Amino acid sequence: MNNFKNVWIFAQVQRGRLSPTALELLTAGRKLADSLKEKLCAVLVGYHVEPFVKDLVEHGADVIYVCDAPLLENYVDDVYARVLADLVAQYKPNKFLLPATNLGRSLSAKTAVFVGTGLTADATEVTIHEPDGQLYATRPTFGGNLMATITCKRTRPEMCSLRPMSYEKALAKPGRTGEVIHFAFDAKRHVSAARFIEFIKSGAEGIDLAEAEIIVAGGRGVGKPEGFVLLQKLADRLGGAVAASRAAVDNGWIDYRYQIGLTGRTVKPKLYIACGISGQIQHMAGMSGSDVIVAINKDPQAPIMKAANFAVEGDLYEVIPAMLEELK
Amino acid sequence: MHIVACVKQTPKSDQVKVDPVTGCLLRSGAASAMNPFDEYALEEAVILKEQLGGKVSVITMGPPQAEAVLRDSVARGADEAFQLGDMAFAGSDTWSTSYALAKGIEKIDAEQKVDIVICGKQTNDSDTGHIGPQISAWLKWPNAAFVKRIICATENFVRVERLTEDGSEILEMPYPCVISVVKDINQPRVRSVKGRLAAKRVQITKWTADDIGADKSKLGVKNCPTNVVKSFVPKREVCSVTVSGVTAQERGAKLVALLKENNCL
Ligand SMILES: Cc1cc2nc3c(=O)[nH]c(=O)nc-3n(C[C@H](O)[C@H](O)[C@H](O)COP(=O)(O)OP(=O)(O)OC[C@H]3O[C@@H](n4cnc5c(N)ncnc54)[C@H](O)[C@@H]3O)c2cc1C
Ligand SMILES: Cc1cc2nc3c(=O)[nH]c(=O)nc-3n(C[C@H](O)[C@H](O)[C@H](O)COP(=O)(O)OP(=O)(O)OC[C@H]3O[C@@H](n4cnc5c(N)ncnc54)[C@H](O)[C@@H]3O)c2cc1C
Repeated sequence: MNNFKNVWIFAQVQRGRLSPTALELLTAGRKLADSLKEKLCAVLVGYHVEPFVKDLVEHGADVIYVCDAPLLENYVDDVYARVLADLVAQYKPNKFLLPATNLGRSLSAKTAVFVGTGLTADATEVTIHEPDGQLYATRPTFGGNLMATITCKRTRPEMCSLRPMSYEKALAKPGRTGEVIHFAFDAKRHVSAARFIEFIKSGAEGIDLAEAEIIVAGGRGVGKPEGFVLLQKLADRLGGAVAASRAAVDNGWIDYRYQIGLTGRTVKPKLYIACGISGQIQHMAGMSGSDVIVAINKDPQAPIMKAANFAVEGDLYEVIPAMLEELK
Repeated sequence: MHIVACVKQTPKSDQVKVDPVTGCLLRSGAASAMNPFDEYALEEAVILKEQLGGKVSVITMGPPQAEAVLRDSVARGADEAFQLGDMAFAGSDTWSTSYALAKGIEKIDAEQKVDIVICGKQTNDSDTGHIGPQISAWLKWPNAAFVKRIICATENFVRVERLTEDGSEILEMPYPCVISVVKDINQPRVRSVKGRLAAKRVQITKWTADDIGADKSKLGVKNCPTNVVKSFVPKREVCSVTVSGVTAQERGAKLVALLKENNCL
């Protein structure tokens, strides 16, 4: 096990864009690498991904493993997981962090079985346990009601997917240099019976929820689909994005992809404004990590009013227009 | 078409206790039911059967009382039920759990060829979402996760739409394959009277680790790669300010001022 060295991160690229999670993983990975006195390495898989090498190096990666091929342009589980498993087998990393994005959660799971090692899911904190150098990964479970710290004693690398926005993005140091290692794509091994057909861009304009710093969310209290137009107005004014509770989604007022919570998405914006949302545990599971929570609710007894940093009692149809007025 | 739906019995409430020493769940006491996400997996399996003919088998790995979710699955439209139960499985992590389920599915497949395995997106207890992709890794079958729609299923292939953060992706897979589904894929129906009767009568096939030819050195809390070393209830200390003002309009304006003051805008 001692010949497994260095901390790896998976730098996700989709549709020609480097995911911001890569920079968060570099922050988390840097801490681990420094406490182990090992190198921080990034894995870059895709097609035409070379331009991101410089980004990753400037943001802290010492070594970049690049696997670039036309057949890697789109994500197919088997193909990517095989590439990662082969990379791991050849270069033997000690720790391997991936993003807990949709792609990352599926990819990390499959790769862990191909590699034959343990995987912690959706961690929000990773540290090195000093006495033995093990990775301690802590993750919320049971909808955020219980934190569990997971270890992987006997196999290497210890793998972990890290929830987006759990760490700050690494800062760039222009001019920083690193080593690049090219890994050959093997069209015979790196295959799948699955075939990628096409990508359909979401009809929604504007900011991706996962990256929004400000989120204006609406619940059953919004009362009607047109209510989300008002919420969108506020979001636009603040440079944020709109989201929803399950009640609003189930009523058909807004698409499922905007649902926050246990059965929806997890977000961690700087500011989360919950409008007409009562704050049930399943909703809180998806947004309780926000830096600042605002609740706008008619009912002062609603649970969200106690969980919020700023609680505003009132009809959202009066409060939001007043906010817009004040923001002019 | 032979579809296998994977279902897990999970605690109904969010109030669950964990043994602080072993890190194992203390399941006794907590009311259990089918993992809510698995209702969508099972429903999608039943829809496929109705469209293409064939049958739905359900499989669970779990303690004796997990038999209840299998009977419930039959009430919701499944035809055959398989339970993997053995002390050797106890405390398995996702790597070991997916191994056991893959071995079970392999045995089902040997008896009657399996076309599609359907899992839920995640469970509501440990919610890793690993099991679907990992079953496919053990079986070396293709997979797709976060599936929000089965666009079409023919004799030879299935075309699915999976959710990404920026839209969705269409993939095509031959059989056999594994998919994990999100909840907007369908609206699970209520249990029928006929189904309830079938649930009472169904013969559940029970297999041990030996029955499925599983390598015991890959199973259970002692052998699985990961362990829970510590669990704790997160502290939520919120400094909550009630925004003052006589009218709702005043409070709205005050809120903006407060947010600016605190550098939130
Ligand atoms: C397994 C499971 C998974 C779930 N997953 C999720 C999930 O992912 N996300 C999620 O959100 N929920 C989820 N839920 C549902 C969750 O339990 C709640 O039912 C849901 O969050 C309630 O949504 P809400 O707060 O919008 O509605 P309600 O609870 O009905 O609250 C509406 C609130 O609006 C207020 N209000 C009404 N009118 C106005 C007005 N004009 N102005 C201001 N305030 C007003 C009311 O006082 C009330 O507090 C899940 C449930 C289960 C069982
Ligand atoms: C607090 C806590 C934290 C944990 N964290 C981790 C971790 O980070 N990494 C890890 O490897 N293990 C972890 N485990 C162990 C893990 O919970 C078990 O392996 C569990 O049996 C399967 O994982 P899951 O519930 O997350 O399933 P998921 O992968 O979330 O389930 C997805 C789907 O797979 C199917 N499925 C899942 N379990 C079964 C089953 N038993 N029978 C039939 N179908 C099933 C269902 O269709 C389900 O919808 C943790 C356990 C606890 C108690």
